[in-house]
Amino acid sequence: MRILVNGAWRETTGGELAAVLSELGYGDAIVATAINGEFVAATARAHTPIAEGDRIEVLAPMQGG
Amino acid sequence: MLELYGTSLRSRLLLGTARYPSPSVLTEAVRACGCEVVTVSLRREAGAERAGQGFWSIIRSLGVRVLPNTAGCHCVKEAVTTAHMAREVFGTSWVKLEVIGEDDTLQPDVFGLVEAATILCRDGFEVFPYTTEDLVVAERLLAAGCGVLMPWAAPIGSGRGLNNLFALKTLRAHFPQVPIIIDAGLGVPSHAAQALELGFDAVLVNTAVAQARDPVQMAAAFGRAVEAGYGARLAGPIEPRDLAAPSTPVVGTAFRG
Repeated sequence: MRILVNGAWRETTGGELAAVLSELGYGDAIVATAINGEFVAATARAHTPIAEGDRIEVLAPMQGG
Repeated sequence: MLELYGTSLRSRLLLGTARYPSPSVLTEAVRACGCEVVTVSLRREAGAERAGQGFWSIIRSLGVRVLPNTAGCHCVKEAVTTAHMAREVFGTSWVKLEVIGEDDTLQPDVFGLVEAATILCRDGFEVFPYTTEDLVVAERLLAAGCGVLMPWAAPIGSGRGLNNLFALKTLRAHFPQVPIIIDAGLGVPSHAAQALELGFDAVLVNTAVAQARDPVQMAAAFGRAVEAGYGARLAGPIEPRDLAAPSTPVVGTAFRG
């Protein structure tokens, strides 16, 4: 299925968010996630299904003022 | 000691972590100024990129507290979601809440700010609202549950110093018990010293340090300025006056009378 990850269309096999993150190469990276603008806690990723066309944000620590 | 949401801090300087020439310069700057709180942010990261992981590792090695921001958010929904994401990643309920309303000045959208602060305080966050010097907005933020105010001195990165002195003094006088941190727009250490002399509790600086020719030296200078300003505040500055008052005693002056 096609989903929008950080603003770019990606092809994935779908499933739960945790599996999709692994497929996209995030592995054990420290990231925070949101689907369609709603925060998804790390503990919820394993039972949060992804749907065609979902907008996923994957954010990591960065410099800030 | 500076008390922010029950946390005692020795340093009254908070430092931003963006725009340094290199991670090592950032590290040295943090150590040089003695700050105990640094601001951080969240950004999109590709799976194999891992830049954020390296940055987070550096920050953790410094042993300082982090204050995550919601920089770049232009609406309540974005800011609230980003705050939740930051709380999970950084493991803190502190959030520097930014809801930007105008791109040329990066002026806060104070209406969105109050709305987002209300939601986040209800959700258990300890909110540091990046606001203007507006007294009524400050009252709304405190009513929403904020325990700290962070008014701007001037637009972010402008280096102009305390731009609206009258309103800032009014804000300080109106909320004597509320920790107020001057955030954004400071350019040189004397601006920071002035803020502390006026009774503000702390300052947050980023661009003035990170973009200085020598960020480490500038960080140290800001650290000393904050101490000097706070010391002066405790010492009780004299009031300015229009006429001269001789400092040398006039009694017994030679050649008089």
